[in-house]
Amino acid sequence: MHRLAGCIAFLACLPAFAAEPAPERRAQLVELVRQDCGSCHGLTLKGGLGPSLEPAAMAEKDAAQLEFVILHGRRGTPMPPWRSFLTEEEARWIVEALKRGLPK
Amino acid sequence: MKKLVVLAFVVAGCTTPDLRGTGDLGVVIERAAGRVMLVETTRRTAIGRVAGLGDLSHASIVFSRDARYAYVFGRDGGLTKVDILAARIERRVIQSGNAIGGAISQDGRLVAAANYTPGGIRVFDSATLELLSEVPTGSKVVGIADAPGNRFVFSLFEAGEIWIVDASRPHQPEVTKIRSIGKQPYDGFVTPDGRHYIAGLYGEDGLALVDLWHPERGARRVLAGYGRGEEPLPVFKMPHLRGWAAAGRYIFLPAVGRHEVLVLDRVDWTEAARIPVRGQPVFAVAQPGGRRVWVNFALPHNDAVQVIDVDAMKVVKDLRPGRAVLHLEFTPRGEQAWVSSRDDNAVAVYDTASYAELARLPAENPSGIFLTSRAAMTGF
Repeated sequence: MHRLAGCIAFLACLPAFAAEPAPERRAQLVELVRQDCGSCHGLTLKGGLGPSLEPAAMAEKDAAQLEFVILHGRRGTPMPPWRSFLTEEEARWIVEALKRGLPK
Repeated sequence: MKKLVVLAFVVAGCTTPDLRGTGDLGVVIERAAGRVMLVETTRRTAIGRVAGLGDLSHASIVFSRDARYAYVFGRDGGLTKVDILAARIERRVIQSGNAIGGAISQDGRLVAAANYTPGGIRVFDSATLELLSEVPTGSKVVGIADAPGNRFVFSLFEAGEIWIVDASRPHQPEVTKIRSIGKQPYDGFVTPDGRHYIAGLYGEDGLALVDLWHPERGARRVLAGYGRGEEPLPVFKMPHLRGWAAAGRYIFLPAVGRHEVLVLDRVDWTEAARIPVRGQPVFAVAQPGGRRVWVNFALPHNDAVQVIDVDAMKVVKDLRPGRAVLHLEFTPRGEQAWVSSRDDNAVAVYDTASYAELARLPAENPSGIFLTSRAAMTGF
């Protein structure tokens, strides 16, 4: 069962390499994260009403779960669902970018 | 030629500087640059800039009672006292790790900063920025406002409480706690007469109302259940509340999760109307005099400003000031509205009678616009 879960998790990671957003779109996504996510998480992503999105804070968090939260929001908190602005691939790219440290 | 320039410089240095007031001045946050632009509303121009203010991704400003100094509260906990006339930093302290805003006391001697991390408020001497006292809350502080009697009132996001801090004796502040005011207050304000504090709730439909003449009576719920049990729409930016929402006997309030402005009757605290608007309202600001209310919106409707006629209780004008409209502010008597467009790098100035654009000032990612008339307003 564990192995199966591992396999699924591995497969889920694959499209990240296959469908990375185009450079122009990536720049827009960085801007979206800084400016609009930044309304609550801070322009420097150190946190505000929402928690810090810096690499240290993101490190131990599960990527798939983060992607889910970005797309579908988090009930009981002000985190809204961003799926009307982002595709799954884009949400996945944002999670990876946050874990690495968002490009300037 | 060189000699002439030197001579001109010496002469300029000797002349007494032109005296001027600050009544028509203001400060615009240049969000990404950590800088403010100083503006003058008579000729509608930028008159200077002051840099080095840290992270201004969420910033707010209050003014000294002589309207010469602007206290800038930055996201990174920076508190900077800016001399508007000299266009320079007078003092600056880093007072916390993560701040949301602040207020200045009725007598102008105290500046209070509201913090997320560590949660609480800190009270400073407005002249020196010396720390006088602090009130830890264990919860994020939102909606700090000044109230008569050198009191600061604020809400606690996680705890769902409203605290009133009497700072008359700044070293020994007295705290009155009002508990169970509702789920997740996200902002709050004091009415322009200084009597009521109202907190907007994110976690439920409604607002919490405290009569500051009678804090012992606790908080009561107003506009409860305005969502009528319907699923709320996503909120991509938190609405902001302040005393500017009051127009005569009505208070205009952003609904949370609904594309509506709610109208609260200040006489009997009931719903007087609800006005459908383009998107999730962020700021609903009454024009001085209360004739109209201007509203801006969260993503994806943040290129729009709508104007509500208070008599007709409906939208009478649609404006498109630019991309990512973050804030708007009226001149003291309301003949101009200043509107910031973050993504068009501009501040647009409108004639509020004709809606004509009078000027467009270049600014780097402008957000908040703060005119010095706030110095004389209760609740700021």
